[in-house]
Amino acid sequence: MTAPIVPDTHPPLRRSWWKENQQRLAPWLFLAPGIFMFAVYVIIPIFQSINISFYDWDGLGERTWVGADNYVELMDDEAFYTSLKNNVIWLVLYMLAIPMGLFVALFLNQTVRGIRIYKSLFFFPFVISQVVVGLVFAWFYDPSYGLMNIALGWFGIEPIAVLANEDYVTYGIIAAGLWPQTAYCMILYLTGLNAVDPEQIEAARLDNAKGAKLLWYVILPQLRPATFIAVVVTVIGALRSFDLISIMTDGGPWGSSRVLAFYMYEQAFSEYGFRMGYGAAIAVVLFLIMMVYITGFLWKMYRDEKGY
Amino acid sequence: MFPTPIQKRSAVAQTVYKVALPVALIVWLLPLIAVALTSVRSAGDITAGNYWGWPSSFNLLENYTAIFQQTPIGQYILNSFKVTIPTVIGAVAISCMSGFALAVYKFKGNLLLFFMFIAGNFVPFQILMVPVRDLTLDLGMYNTWYGLALFHIAFQAGFCTLFMRNFIKALPFELIEAARVEGISEIRIFWFVVLPLMKPALAALSVLIFTFIWNDYFWATVLTQGADQQPITAGLYSLNGQWVAAWHLVSAGSIVAALPPVLMFFLMQRHFIAGLTLGAVK
Repeated sequence: MTAPIVPDTHPPLRRSWWKENQQRLAPWLFLAPGIFMFAVYVIIPIFQSINISFYDWDGLGERTWVGADNYVELMDDEAFYTSLKNNVIWLVLYMLAIPMGLFVALFLNQTVRGIRIYKSLFFFPFVISQVVVGLVFAWFYDPSYGLMNIALGWFGIEPIAVLANEDYVTYGIIAAGLWPQTAYCMILYLTGLNAVDPEQIEAARLDNAKGAKLLWYVILPQLRPATFIAVVVTVIGALRSFDLISIMTDGGPWGSSRVLAFYMYEQAFSEYGFRMGYGAAIAVVLFLIMMVYITGFLWKMYRDEKGY
Repeated sequence: MFPTPIQKRSAVAQTVYKVALPVALIVWLLPLIAVALTSVRSAGDITAGNYWGWPSSFNLLENYTAIFQQTPIGQYILNSFKVTIPTVIGAVAISCMSGFALAVYKFKGNLLLFFMFIAGNFVPFQILMVPVRDLTLDLGMYNTWYGLALFHIAFQAGFCTLFMRNFIKALPFELIEAARVEGISEIRIFWFVVLPLMKPALAALSVLIFTFIWNDYFWATVLTQGADQQPITAGLYSLNGQWVAAWHLVSAGSIVAALPPVLMFFLMQRHFIAGLTLGAVK
Protein backbone atom coordinates (compact mmCIF):
# COMPACT_ATOMS: atom_id res chain seq x y z
CA MET A 1 0.00 0.00 0.00
CA THR A 2 1.35 3.40 -0.83
CA ALA A 3 0.04 6.73 0.25
CA PRO A 4 -0.74 9.30 -2.44
CA ILE A 5 2.45 10.88 -3.70
CA VAL A 6 2.83 14.46 -2.56
CA PRO A 7 6.13 16.41 -2.70
CA ASP A 8 8.31 15.57 0.26
CA THR A 9 9.23 19.21 0.83
CA HIS A 10 6.10 19.82 2.84
CA PRO A 11 5.83 16.95 5.28
CA PRO A 12 3.38 18.71 7.61
CA LEU A 13 1.06 19.58 4.75
CA ARG A 14 1.13 16.03 3.44
CA ARG A 15 0.32 14.59 6.81
CA SER A 16 -2.65 16.80 7.46
CA TRP A 17 -4.01 16.42 3.95
CA TRP A 18 -3.84 12.64 4.18
CA LYS A 19 -5.25 12.73 7.68
CA GLU A 20 -8.17 14.83 6.64
CA ASN A 21 -9.03 12.77 3.61
CA GLN A 22 -7.97 9.29 4.49
CA GLN A 23 -11.43 8.14 5.48
CA ARG A 24 -12.65 9.15 2.05
CA LEU A 25 -9.66 7.84 0.11
CA ALA A 26 -8.87 4.64 1.96
CA PRO A 27 -11.75 2.58 0.55
CA TRP A 28 -10.69 3.38 -3.00
CA LEU A 29 -7.09 2.49 -2.27
CA PHE A 30 -8.18 -0.85 -0.88
CA LEU A 31 -10.59 -1.47 -3.72
CA ALA A 32 -8.26 -0.47 -6.56
CA PRO A 33 -6.63 -3.87 -7.25
CA GLY A 34 -9.92 -5.75 -6.93
CA ILE A 35 -11.85 -3.41 -9.16
CA PHE A 36 -9.05 -3.32 -11.73
CA MET A 37 -8.72 -7.09 -12.01
CA PHE A 38 -12.43 -7.70 -11.99
CA ALA A 39 -13.10 -5.03 -14.59
CA VAL A 40 -10.40 -6.28 -16.94
CA TYR A 41 -11.22 -9.97 -16.74
CA VAL A 42 -14.95 -10.07 -15.99
CA ILE A 43 -16.93 -6.88 -16.51
CA ILE A 44 -15.40 -5.60 -19.73
CA PRO A 45 -15.35 -9.06 -21.39
CA ILE A 46 -19.11 -9.35 -20.87
CA PHE A 47 -19.66 -6.25 -23.01
CA GLN A 48 -17.02 -7.35 -25.50
CA SER A 49 -18.83 -10.65 -25.92
CA ILE A 50 -22.13 -8.89 -26.50
CA ASN A 51 -20.36 -6.78 -29.10
CA ILE A 52 -18.73 -9.78 -30.80
CA SER A 53 -22.13 -11.46 -31.08
CA PHE A 54 -23.03 -8.89 -33.76
CA TYR A 55 -20.06 -9.82 -35.93
CA ASP A 56 -19.01 -12.65 -38.15
CA TRP A 57 -15.52 -13.48 -36.96
CA ASP A 58 -13.18 -16.46 -37.12
CA GLY A 59 -11.05 -15.15 -34.26
CA LEU A 60 -8.10 -14.17 -36.44
CA GLY A 61 -9.06 -12.21 -39.55
CA GLU A 62 -11.27 -9.19 -40.09
CA ARG A 63 -14.57 -8.92 -38.30
CA THR A 64 -17.63 -8.32 -40.42
CA TRP A 65 -20.61 -6.55 -38.91
CA VAL A 66 -23.67 -8.70 -39.44
CA GLY A 67 -26.13 -7.05 -37.09
CA ALA A 68 -28.57 -9.52 -35.56
CA ASP A 69 -27.82 -12.22 -38.14
CA ASN A 70 -26.25 -14.55 -35.58
CA TYR A 71 -29.39 -14.38 -33.46
CA VAL A 72 -31.63 -14.90 -36.47
CA GLU A 73 -29.58 -17.96 -37.36
CA LEU A 74 -29.99 -19.27 -33.81
CA MET A 75 -33.75 -19.19 -34.23
CA ASP A 76 -33.47 -21.75 -36.99
CA ASP A 77 -30.70 -23.85 -35.50
CA GLU A 78 -31.92 -27.22 -34.38
CA ALA A 79 -28.76 -27.84 -32.34
CA PHE A 80 -29.51 -24.65 -30.43
CA TYR A 81 -32.96 -25.91 -29.48
CA THR A 82 -31.57 -29.28 -28.47
CA SER A 83 -29.08 -27.50 -26.21
CA LEU A 84 -31.76 -25.23 -24.78
CA LYS A 85 -34.03 -28.18 -24.10
CA ASN A 86 -31.21 -30.02 -22.39
CA ASN A 87 -30.49 -26.96 -20.28
CA VAL A 88 -34.09 -27.01 -19.10
CA ILE A 89 -33.84 -30.72 -18.28
CA TRP A 90 -30.63 -30.05 -16.35
CA LEU A 91 -32.23 -27.21 -14.42
CA VAL A 92 -35.27 -29.24 -13.44
CA LEU A 93 -33.57 -32.52 -12.59
CA TYR A 94 -30.59 -30.92 -10.88
CA MET A 95 -33.04 -29.57 -8.32
CA LEU A 96 -33.41 -33.15 -7.08
CA ALA A 97 -30.06 -32.61 -5.37
CA ILE A 98 -31.82 -30.43 -2.81
CA PRO A 99 -34.35 -32.95 -1.39
CA MET A 100 -31.78 -35.72 -1.77
CA GLY A 101 -29.23 -33.67 0.11
CA LEU A 102 -31.77 -32.95 2.83
CA PHE A 103 -32.58 -36.65 3.06
CA VAL A 104 -28.94 -37.63 3.49
CA ALA A 105 -28.42 -34.83 6.00
CA LEU A 106 -31.37 -36.06 8.09
CA PHE A 107 -30.01 -39.57 7.92
CA LEU A 108 -26.59 -38.46 9.16
CA ASN A 109 -27.73 -35.94 11.74
CA GLN A 110 -27.10 -38.24 14.70
CA THR A 111 -24.49 -38.42 17.39
CA VAL A 112 -23.16 -41.94 17.18
CA ARG A 113 -19.56 -43.06 17.21
CA GLY A 114 -17.61 -42.11 14.13
CA ILE A 115 -20.40 -40.02 12.63
CA ARG A 116 -17.99 -37.22 11.82
CA ILE A 117 -16.00 -39.50 9.56
CA TYR A 118 -19.21 -40.68 7.91
CA LYS A 119 -20.21 -37.10 7.25
CA SER A 120 -16.91 -36.23 5.62
CA LEU A 121 -16.86 -39.41 3.54
CA PHE A 122 -20.36 -38.66 2.29
CA PHE A 123 -19.11 -35.25 1.29
CA PHE A 124 -16.25 -36.75 -0.68
CA PRO A 125 -17.75 -36.59 -4.19
CA PHE A 126 -17.90 -32.81 -4.02
CA VAL A 127 -14.18 -32.45 -3.34
CA ILE A 128 -13.18 -34.45 -6.39
CA SER A 129 -12.82 -32.86 -9.79
CA GLN A 130 -15.75 -33.24 -12.17
CA VAL A 131 -13.28 -34.68 -14.65
CA VAL A 132 -12.76 -37.61 -12.30
CA VAL A 133 -16.48 -37.89 -11.60
CA GLY A 134 -17.11 -37.97 -15.33
CA LEU A 135 -14.53 -40.70 -15.94
CA VAL A 136 -15.88 -42.76 -13.07
CA PHE A 137 -19.45 -42.59 -14.31
CA ALA A 138 -18.55 -43.13 -17.97
CA TRP A 139 -17.05 -46.33 -16.81
CA PHE A 140 -19.95 -47.19 -14.51
CA TYR A 141 -22.29 -46.93 -17.53
CA ASP A 142 -20.08 -48.92 -19.88
CA PRO A 143 -22.30 -51.46 -21.69
CA SER A 144 -19.87 -54.37 -21.64
CA TYR A 145 -18.32 -54.24 -18.18
CA GLY A 146 -19.85 -51.27 -16.33
CA LEU A 147 -21.24 -52.01 -12.91
CA MET A 148 -24.66 -50.66 -13.80
CA ASN A 149 -25.13 -53.12 -16.63
CA ILE A 150 -23.76 -55.99 -14.59
CA ALA A 151 -26.35 -55.15 -11.94
CA LEU A 152 -29.08 -54.90 -14.58
CA GLY A 153 -27.98 -58.29 -15.84
CA TRP A 154 -28.86 -59.84 -12.47
CA PHE A 155 -32.46 -58.87 -13.13
CA GLY A 156 -32.28 -60.21 -16.67
CA ILE A 157 -32.26 -56.78 -18.27
CA GLU A 158 -30.26 -56.32 -21.43
CA PRO A 159 -27.30 -53.93 -21.15
CA ILE A 160 -28.11 -50.30 -21.93
CA ALA A 161 -25.42 -48.12 -23.51
CA VAL A 162 -26.57 -45.05 -21.63
CA LEU A 163 -24.00 -42.67 -23.07
CA ALA A 164 -24.50 -43.84 -26.65
CA ASN A 165 -28.27 -43.52 -26.53
CA GLU A 166 -29.81 -40.23 -27.61
CA ASP A 167 -32.76 -40.64 -25.27
CA TYR A 168 -30.83 -41.52 -22.12
CA VAL A 169 -27.56 -39.70 -22.47
CA THR A 170 -28.55 -36.39 -20.86
CA TYR A 171 -30.18 -38.17 -17.94
CA GLY A 172 -27.10 -40.30 -17.50
CA ILE A 173 -24.86 -37.26 -17.29
CA ILE A 174 -27.23 -35.46 -14.93
CA ALA A 175 -27.19 -38.48 -12.63
CA ALA A 176 -23.42 -38.19 -12.51
CA GLY A 177 -23.73 -34.48 -11.73
CA LEU A 178 -26.25 -35.13 -8.98
CA TRP A 179 -23.71 -37.16 -7.08
CA PRO A 180 -21.41 -34.25 -6.06
CA GLN A 181 -24.27 -31.77 -6.00
CA THR A 182 -26.23 -33.86 -3.48
CA ALA A 183 -23.13 -33.95 -1.31
CA TYR A 184 -22.95 -30.17 -1.45
CA CYS A 185 -26.61 -29.73 -0.49
CA MET A 186 -26.14 -32.30 2.28
CA ILE A 187 -23.37 -30.29 3.89
CA LEU A 188 -25.47 -27.11 3.68
CA TYR A 189 -28.36 -28.85 5.41
CA LEU A 190 -26.15 -30.48 8.04
CA THR A 191 -24.90 -27.05 9.00
CA GLY A 192 -28.44 -25.72 8.94
CA LEU A 193 -29.74 -28.56 11.12
CA ASN A 194 -27.04 -27.81 13.66
CA ALA A 195 -28.44 -24.35 14.12
CA VAL A 196 -32.10 -25.33 14.46
CA ASP A 197 -33.51 -24.04 17.72
CA PRO A 198 -33.86 -27.07 20.06
CA GLU A 199 -36.48 -25.36 22.22
CA GLN A 200 -38.84 -25.00 19.29
CA ILE A 201 -38.49 -28.69 18.54
CA GLU A 202 -39.19 -29.62 22.14
CA ALA A 203 -42.22 -27.33 22.20
CA ALA A 204 -43.52 -28.86 18.99
CA ARG A 205 -42.95 -32.36 20.34
CA LEU A 206 -44.96 -31.50 23.45
CA ASP A 207 -47.75 -30.56 21.07
CA ASN A 208 -47.44 -34.04 19.64
CA ALA A 209 -45.93 -32.99 16.35
CA LYS A 210 -43.60 -35.55 14.87
CA GLY A 211 -42.13 -37.04 11.74
CA ALA A 212 -43.02 -35.40 8.46
CA LYS A 213 -45.29 -32.85 10.08
CA LEU A 214 -42.57 -31.66 12.44
CA LEU A 215 -40.16 -31.50 9.53
CA TRP A 216 -42.51 -29.52 7.34
CA TYR A 217 -43.89 -27.01 9.83
CA VAL A 218 -41.04 -26.54 12.28
CA ILE A 219 -37.74 -27.66 10.80
CA LEU A 220 -37.96 -26.60 7.16
CA PRO A 221 -38.91 -22.99 7.90
CA GLN A 222 -35.79 -22.75 10.06
CA LEU A 223 -33.71 -24.26 7.29
CA ARG A 224 -34.76 -21.57 4.86
CA PRO A 225 -31.31 -19.91 4.62
CA ALA A 226 -29.73 -23.28 3.82
CA THR A 227 -32.40 -24.01 1.21
CA PHE A 228 -31.85 -20.63 -0.36
CA ILE A 229 -28.10 -21.19 -0.76
CA ALA A 230 -28.76 -24.73 -1.99
CA VAL A 231 -31.12 -23.44 -4.70
CA VAL A 232 -28.64 -20.76 -5.76
CA VAL A 233 -25.65 -23.09 -6.07
CA THR A 234 -27.73 -25.78 -7.77
CA VAL A 235 -29.14 -23.44 -10.40
CA ILE A 236 -25.70 -22.04 -11.12
CA GLY A 237 -24.26 -25.54 -11.21
CA ALA A 238 -26.94 -26.72 -13.65
CA LEU A 239 -26.42 -23.80 -16.01
CA ARG A 240 -22.63 -24.15 -15.81
CA SER A 241 -22.69 -27.85 -16.70
CA PHE A 242 -19.84 -28.28 -19.11
CA ASP A 243 -17.11 -30.46 -17.64
CA LEU A 244 -19.16 -33.63 -17.35
CA ILE A 245 -20.52 -33.35 -20.88
CA SER A 246 -17.09 -32.70 -22.30
CA ILE A 247 -15.59 -35.67 -20.47
CA MET A 248 -18.38 -38.19 -20.79
CA THR A 249 -19.72 -37.69 -24.32
CA ASP A 250 -18.21 -34.62 -25.96
CA GLY A 251 -21.76 -33.55 -26.71
CA GLY A 252 -22.65 -36.78 -28.46
CA PRO A 253 -24.12 -38.98 -29.66
CA TRP A 254 -24.86 -36.69 -32.61
CA GLY A 255 -24.93 -33.63 -30.42
CA SER A 256 -27.84 -34.92 -28.35
CA SER A 257 -26.22 -34.21 -24.98
CA ARG A 258 -25.12 -30.65 -25.72
CA VAL A 259 -26.15 -27.79 -23.48
CA LEU A 260 -25.75 -24.12 -24.31
CA ALA A 261 -22.43 -23.85 -22.48
CA PHE A 262 -21.03 -26.77 -24.43
CA TYR A 263 -22.51 -25.79 -27.78
CA MET A 264 -21.02 -22.33 -27.42
CA TYR A 265 -17.56 -23.77 -26.83
CA GLU A 266 -17.97 -26.10 -29.78
CA GLN A 267 -18.93 -23.26 -32.10
CA ALA A 268 -16.27 -20.87 -30.90
CA PHE A 269 -13.34 -23.22 -31.16
CA SER A 270 -13.25 -26.83 -32.01
CA GLU A 271 -12.94 -28.94 -35.07
CA TYR A 272 -16.19 -27.43 -36.30
CA GLY A 273 -14.41 -24.18 -36.99
CA PHE A 274 -13.91 -20.91 -35.19
CA ARG A 275 -17.21 -19.07 -35.22
CA MET A 276 -16.61 -16.55 -32.48
CA GLY A 277 -19.56 -14.33 -33.34
CA TYR A 278 -22.04 -17.17 -33.39
CA GLY A 279 -20.56 -18.62 -30.22
CA ALA A 280 -20.80 -15.25 -28.53
CA ALA A 281 -24.48 -15.03 -29.47
CA ILE A 282 -25.10 -18.39 -27.77
CA ALA A 283 -23.19 -17.15 -24.73
CA VAL A 284 -25.34 -14.04 -24.61
CA VAL A 285 -28.50 -16.15 -24.55
CA LEU A 286 -27.06 -18.23 -21.70
CA PHE A 287 -26.01 -15.05 -19.92
CA LEU A 288 -29.54 -13.63 -20.17
CA ILE A 289 -31.01 -16.81 -18.67
CA MET A 290 -28.49 -16.60 -15.85
CA MET A 291 -29.24 -12.90 -15.37
CA VAL A 292 -32.79 -13.79 -14.33
CA TYR A 293 -31.37 -15.74 -11.40
CA ILE A 294 -28.63 -13.25 -10.63
CA THR A 295 -31.17 -10.45 -10.46
CA GLY A 296 -33.36 -12.47 -8.13
CA PHE A 297 -30.40 -13.22 -5.90
CA LEU A 298 -29.29 -9.60 -5.80
CA TRP A 299 -32.84 -8.50 -5.04
CA LYS A 300 -32.93 -10.75 -2.01
CA MET A 301 -29.50 -9.57 -0.87
CA TYR A 302 -30.65 -5.98 -1.29
CA ARG A 303 -33.67 -6.56 0.92
CA ASP A 304 -31.50 -8.28 3.54
CA GLU A 305 -29.05 -5.39 3.48
CA LYS A 306 -31.80 -2.87 3.93
CA GLY A 307 -33.18 -5.02 6.72
CA TYR A 308 -36.73 -5.56 5.54
CA MET B 1 -32.31 -32.18 17.70
CA PHE B 2 -34.07 -33.40 14.61
CA PRO B 3 -34.57 -36.17 13.75
CA THR B 4 -35.00 -37.83 17.15
CA PRO B 5 -31.62 -38.99 18.46
CA ILE B 6 -31.22 -42.66 17.72
CA GLN B 7 -30.30 -43.32 21.34
CA LYS B 8 -33.88 -42.54 22.33
CA ARG B 9 -35.31 -45.03 19.84
CA SER B 10 -35.92 -48.73 20.31
CA ALA B 11 -33.04 -51.19 20.37
CA VAL B 12 -34.15 -52.53 16.98
CA ALA B 13 -34.03 -49.09 15.43
CA GLN B 14 -30.56 -48.57 16.84
CA THR B 15 -29.28 -51.79 15.36
CA VAL B 16 -30.87 -51.03 12.00
CA TYR B 17 -29.21 -47.63 12.00
CA LYS B 18 -25.83 -49.07 12.87
CA VAL B 19 -26.06 -51.48 9.96
CA ALA B 20 -27.58 -48.99 7.53
CA LEU B 21 -24.84 -46.42 8.06
CA PRO B 22 -21.89 -48.36 6.62
CA VAL B 23 -24.05 -49.97 3.94
CA ALA B 24 -25.26 -46.57 2.76
CA LEU B 25 -21.71 -45.27 2.74
CA ILE B 26 -20.47 -48.15 0.62
CA VAL B 27 -23.29 -47.68 -1.89
CA TRP B 28 -22.67 -43.94 -1.96
CA LEU B 29 -18.97 -44.33 -2.61
CA LEU B 30 -19.22 -47.44 -4.78
CA PRO B 31 -17.97 -45.70 -7.92
CA LEU B 32 -14.92 -44.47 -6.05
CA ILE B 33 -14.23 -47.77 -4.38
CA ALA B 34 -14.34 -49.39 -7.79
CA VAL B 35 -11.84 -46.90 -9.14
CA ALA B 36 -9.51 -47.42 -6.20
CA LEU B 37 -9.68 -51.19 -6.65
CA THR B 38 -9.16 -50.96 -10.39
CA SER B 39 -6.12 -48.79 -9.95
CA VAL B 40 -4.29 -51.73 -8.35
CA ARG B 41 -5.37 -54.36 -10.85
CA SER B 42 -3.05 -55.91 -13.38
CA ALA B 43 -3.38 -55.41 -17.11
CA GLY B 44 -4.29 -59.09 -17.30
CA ASP B 45 -7.35 -58.52 -15.14
CA ILE B 46 -8.46 -55.72 -17.41
CA THR B 47 -8.18 -57.73 -20.60
CA ALA B 48 -9.87 -60.71 -18.95
CA GLY B 49 -12.77 -58.46 -17.99
CA ASN B 50 -12.23 -58.96 -14.28
CA TYR B 51 -13.44 -55.53 -13.23
CA TRP B 52 -15.53 -56.28 -10.23
CA GLY B 53 -14.14 -59.50 -8.84
CA TRP B 54 -11.20 -59.81 -6.50
CA PRO B 55 -7.98 -58.59 -8.22
CA SER B 56 -5.81 -61.51 -9.33
CA SER B 57 -2.80 -59.56 -8.09
CA PHE B 58 -2.18 -56.24 -6.39
CA ASN B 59 -0.18 -53.99 -8.66
CA LEU B 60 -0.27 -50.86 -6.57
CA LEU B 61 3.35 -49.89 -7.11
CA GLU B 62 3.55 -51.06 -10.71
CA ASN B 63 0.52 -49.11 -11.86
CA TYR B 64 1.32 -45.91 -10.06
CA THR B 65 4.95 -46.01 -11.13
CA ALA B 66 3.82 -46.74 -14.67
CA ILE B 67 1.69 -43.61 -14.97
CA PHE B 68 4.50 -41.44 -13.70
CA GLN B 69 7.05 -43.04 -16.01
CA GLN B 70 5.02 -43.45 -19.16
CA THR B 71 3.04 -40.22 -19.09
CA PRO B 72 3.69 -36.58 -18.22
CA ILE B 73 1.33 -36.83 -15.23
CA GLY B 74 4.05 -35.50 -12.92
CA GLN B 75 4.33 -32.42 -15.11
CA TYR B 76 0.55 -32.00 -15.12
CA ILE B 77 0.48 -32.12 -11.34
CA LEU B 78 3.30 -29.60 -11.12
CA ASN B 79 1.43 -27.31 -13.51
CA SER B 80 -1.67 -27.58 -11.35
CA PHE B 81 0.30 -26.42 -8.34
CA LYS B 82 1.85 -23.60 -10.34
CA VAL B 83 -1.60 -22.32 -11.22
CA THR B 84 -3.36 -23.05 -7.96
CA ILE B 85 -0.99 -21.66 -5.34
CA PRO B 86 -0.51 -18.17 -6.85
CA THR B 87 -4.25 -17.99 -7.43
CA VAL B 88 -5.01 -18.75 -3.80
CA ILE B 89 -2.55 -16.11 -2.60
CA GLY B 90 -3.60 -13.50 -5.15
CA ALA B 91 -7.35 -13.90 -4.82
CA VAL B 92 -7.26 -13.96 -1.03
CA ALA B 93 -4.97 -10.91 -0.82
CA ILE B 94 -7.06 -8.84 -3.21
CA SER B 95 -10.33 -9.78 -1.60
CA CYS B 96 -9.07 -9.04 1.93
CA MET B 97 -8.61 -5.47 0.83
CA SER B 98 -11.77 -5.07 -1.22
CA GLY B 99 -13.82 -6.91 1.41
CA PHE B 100 -12.41 -4.61 4.08
CA ALA B 101 -13.25 -1.52 2.03
CA LEU B 102 -16.81 -2.66 1.36
CA ALA B 103 -17.47 -3.73 4.94
CA VAL B 104 -15.98 -0.83 6.86
CA TYR B 105 -16.59 2.33 4.84
CA LYS B 106 -19.79 4.05 3.95
CA PHE B 107 -19.47 5.69 0.57
CA LYS B 108 -21.52 6.26 -2.51
CA GLY B 109 -21.63 3.22 -4.72
CA ASN B 110 -20.60 0.78 -1.99
CA LEU B 111 -23.58 -1.52 -2.43
CA LEU B 112 -23.38 -1.17 -6.20
CA LEU B 113 -19.75 -2.31 -6.25
CA PHE B 114 -20.56 -5.14 -3.88
CA PHE B 115 -23.35 -6.32 -6.16
CA MET B 116 -21.03 -6.06 -9.13
CA PHE B 117 -18.66 -8.52 -7.47
CA ILE B 118 -21.50 -10.89 -6.64
CA ALA B 119 -23.11 -10.74 -10.06
CA GLY B 120 -19.77 -11.23 -11.81
CA ASN B 121 -19.14 -14.30 -9.74
CA PHE B 122 -22.28 -15.94 -11.14
CA VAL B 123 -21.95 -15.18 -14.85
CA PRO B 124 -21.58 -18.14 -17.20
CA PHE B 125 -17.94 -18.71 -18.15
CA GLN B 126 -18.81 -18.78 -21.83
CA ILE B 127 -19.64 -15.10 -21.95
CA LEU B 128 -16.07 -14.37 -20.87
CA MET B 129 -14.38 -17.03 -22.93
CA VAL B 130 -13.64 -15.35 -26.25
CA PRO B 131 -12.53 -11.93 -24.90
CA VAL B 132 -10.46 -13.44 -22.08
CA ARG B 133 -8.71 -15.75 -24.52
CA ASP B 134 -7.98 -12.81 -26.81
CA LEU B 135 -6.71 -10.70 -23.94
CA THR B 136 -4.46 -13.49 -22.76
CA LEU B 137 -3.12 -13.93 -26.30
CA ASP B 138 -2.52 -10.19 -26.62
CA LEU B 139 -0.64 -10.13 -23.33
CA GLY B 140 1.56 -12.97 -24.58
CA MET B 141 0.35 -15.15 -21.75
CA TYR B 142 -1.52 -17.77 -23.70
CA ASN B 143 -0.45 -21.25 -22.67
CA THR B 144 1.39 -20.11 -19.54
CA TRP B 145 0.58 -20.92 -15.96
CA TYR B 146 0.55 -17.23 -15.02
CA GLY B 147 -1.91 -16.34 -17.77
CA LEU B 148 -4.30 -18.91 -16.35
CA ALA B 149 -3.58 -17.91 -12.75
CA LEU B 150 -4.19 -14.23 -13.50
CA PHE B 151 -7.63 -14.93 -14.86
CA HIS B 152 -8.48 -17.16 -11.91
CA ILE B 153 -7.36 -14.48 -9.46
CA ALA B 154 -9.61 -11.93 -11.12
CA PHE B 155 -12.61 -14.20 -11.36
CA GLN B 156 -12.32 -15.62 -7.84
CA ALA B 157 -12.03 -12.06 -6.51
CA GLY B 158 -15.82 -11.91 -6.90
CA PHE B 159 -16.65 -14.79 -4.61
CA CYS B 160 -13.82 -13.98 -2.20
CA THR B 161 -14.89 -10.38 -1.83
CA LEU B 162 -18.45 -11.46 -1.03
CA PHE B 163 -17.06 -13.84 1.56
CA MET B 164 -14.60 -11.41 3.17
CA ARG B 165 -17.00 -8.51 3.20
CA ASN B 166 -19.63 -10.51 5.06
CA PHE B 167 -17.04 -11.83 7.48
CA ILE B 168 -15.62 -8.41 8.32
CA LYS B 169 -19.10 -6.96 8.58
CA ALA B 170 -19.78 -9.39 11.42
CA LEU B 171 -16.71 -8.25 13.41
CA PRO B 172 -17.31 -5.74 16.23
CA PHE B 173 -17.13 -2.33 14.61
CA GLU B 174 -16.22 -0.71 17.97
CA LEU B 175 -12.67 -2.02 17.54
CA ILE B 176 -12.20 0.06 14.43
CA GLU B 177 -13.81 3.11 15.97
CA ALA B 178 -11.62 2.85 19.04
CA ALA B 179 -8.53 2.65 16.86
CA ARG B 180 -9.65 5.70 14.92
CA VAL B 181 -10.09 7.67 18.13
CA GLU B 182 -6.51 6.76 18.99
CA GLY B 183 -5.48 8.35 15.69
CA ILE B 184 -4.33 5.19 14.01
CA SER B 185 -4.26 5.43 10.23
CA GLU B 186 -6.71 3.43 8.15
CA ILE B 187 -3.99 1.31 6.61
CA ARG B 188 -2.63 0.39 10.03
CA ILE B 189 -6.15 -0.42 11.19
CA PHE B 190 -6.49 -2.83 8.30
CA TRP B 191 -3.12 -4.42 8.98
CA PHE B 192 -2.98 -4.50 12.76
CA VAL B 193 -6.61 -4.54 13.89
CA VAL B 194 -8.70 -6.28 11.25
CA LEU B 195 -6.31 -8.68 9.52
CA PRO B 196 -5.41 -10.64 12.69
CA LEU B 197 -9.10 -11.22 13.30
CA MET B 198 -9.58 -12.58 9.79
CA LYS B 199 -7.48 -15.72 10.25
CA PRO B 200 -10.43 -18.16 10.19
CA ALA B 201 -11.78 -16.53 7.03
CA LEU B 202 -8.34 -16.64 5.41
CA ALA B 203 -8.02 -20.34 6.15
CA ALA B 204 -11.53 -21.16 4.96
CA LEU B 205 -11.18 -19.21 1.76
CA SER B 206 -7.74 -20.62 0.98
CA VAL B 207 -8.87 -24.25 1.11
CA LEU B 208 -12.01 -23.50 -0.89
CA ILE B 209 -10.17 -21.65 -3.63
CA PHE B 210 -7.49 -24.32 -3.72
CA THR B 211 -10.13 -26.96 -4.42
CA PHE B 212 -12.03 -24.86 -6.94
CA ILE B 213 -8.95 -23.99 -8.95
CA TRP B 214 -7.40 -27.42 -8.75
CA ASN B 215 -10.60 -28.89 -10.15
CA ASP B 216 -11.06 -26.28 -12.86
CA TYR B 217 -11.25 -27.87 -16.27
CA PHE B 218 -12.94 -25.36 -18.52
CA TRP B 219 -10.41 -22.54 -18.30
CA ALA B 220 -7.55 -24.97 -18.45
CA THR B 221 -8.73 -26.07 -21.88
CA VAL B 222 -9.42 -22.51 -23.03
CA LEU B 223 -6.16 -20.90 -21.94
CA THR B 224 -3.60 -23.69 -22.16
CA GLN B 225 -2.66 -26.56 -24.42
CA GLY B 226 -0.04 -29.27 -24.40
CA ALA B 227 1.49 -31.27 -21.60
CA ASP B 228 4.10 -28.72 -20.57
CA GLN B 229 1.54 -26.18 -19.36
CA GLN B 230 -1.80 -27.89 -18.85
CA PRO B 231 -3.00 -28.72 -15.36
CA ILE B 232 -4.00 -32.21 -14.30
CA THR B 233 -7.73 -31.90 -15.10
CA ALA B 234 -7.07 -31.15 -18.74
CA GLY B 235 -4.20 -33.62 -18.70
CA LEU B 236 -6.42 -36.41 -17.46
CA TYR B 237 -8.77 -35.77 -20.34
CA SER B 238 -6.05 -36.20 -22.94
CA LEU B 239 -4.53 -39.18 -21.13
CA ASN B 240 -7.95 -40.79 -21.16
CA GLY B 241 -7.85 -40.52 -24.94
CA GLN B 242 -4.44 -42.20 -25.07
CA TRP B 243 -5.17 -44.96 -22.61
CA VAL B 244 -8.09 -46.49 -24.41
CA ALA B 245 -9.21 -49.48 -22.37
CA ALA B 246 -6.20 -49.26 -20.03
CA TRP B 247 -8.61 -48.71 -17.17
CA HIS B 248 -6.14 -49.58 -14.47
CA LEU B 249 -4.02 -46.62 -15.60
CA VAL B 250 -6.98 -44.26 -16.03
CA SER B 251 -8.05 -45.15 -12.49
CA ALA B 252 -4.61 -44.62 -11.04
CA GLY B 253 -4.41 -41.26 -12.82
CA SER B 254 -7.81 -40.25 -11.47
CA ILE B 255 -6.77 -41.11 -7.95
CA VAL B 256 -3.56 -39.12 -8.25
CA ALA B 257 -5.50 -36.12 -9.64
CA ALA B 258 -8.05 -36.28 -6.84
CA LEU B 259 -5.54 -36.66 -4.05
CA PRO B 260 -4.39 -33.07 -3.37
CA PRO B 261 -7.86 -31.54 -2.89
CA VAL B 262 -8.94 -34.58 -0.90
CA LEU B 263 -5.95 -34.24 1.43
CA MET B 264 -6.60 -30.53 1.70
CA PHE B 265 -10.19 -31.24 2.64
CA PHE B 266 -9.28 -33.75 5.33
CA LEU B 267 -6.56 -31.60 6.83
CA MET B 268 -8.63 -28.43 6.88
CA GLN B 269 -12.08 -29.92 7.13
CA ARG B 270 -13.50 -27.52 9.67
CA HIS B 271 -12.40 -24.48 7.68
CA PHE B 272 -13.55 -25.98 4.42
CA ILE B 273 -17.07 -26.58 5.65
CA ALA B 274 -17.21 -23.23 7.41
CA GLY B 275 -16.34 -21.58 4.12
CA LEU B 276 -18.75 -23.57 2.04
CA THR B 277 -21.71 -23.13 4.31
CA LEU B 278 -21.28 -19.44 4.90
CA GLY B 279 -24.77 -18.04 4.77
CA ALA B 280 -26.47 -21.39 5.29
CA VAL B 281 -27.17 -20.32 8.84
CA LYS B 282 -28.55 -16.98 9.82
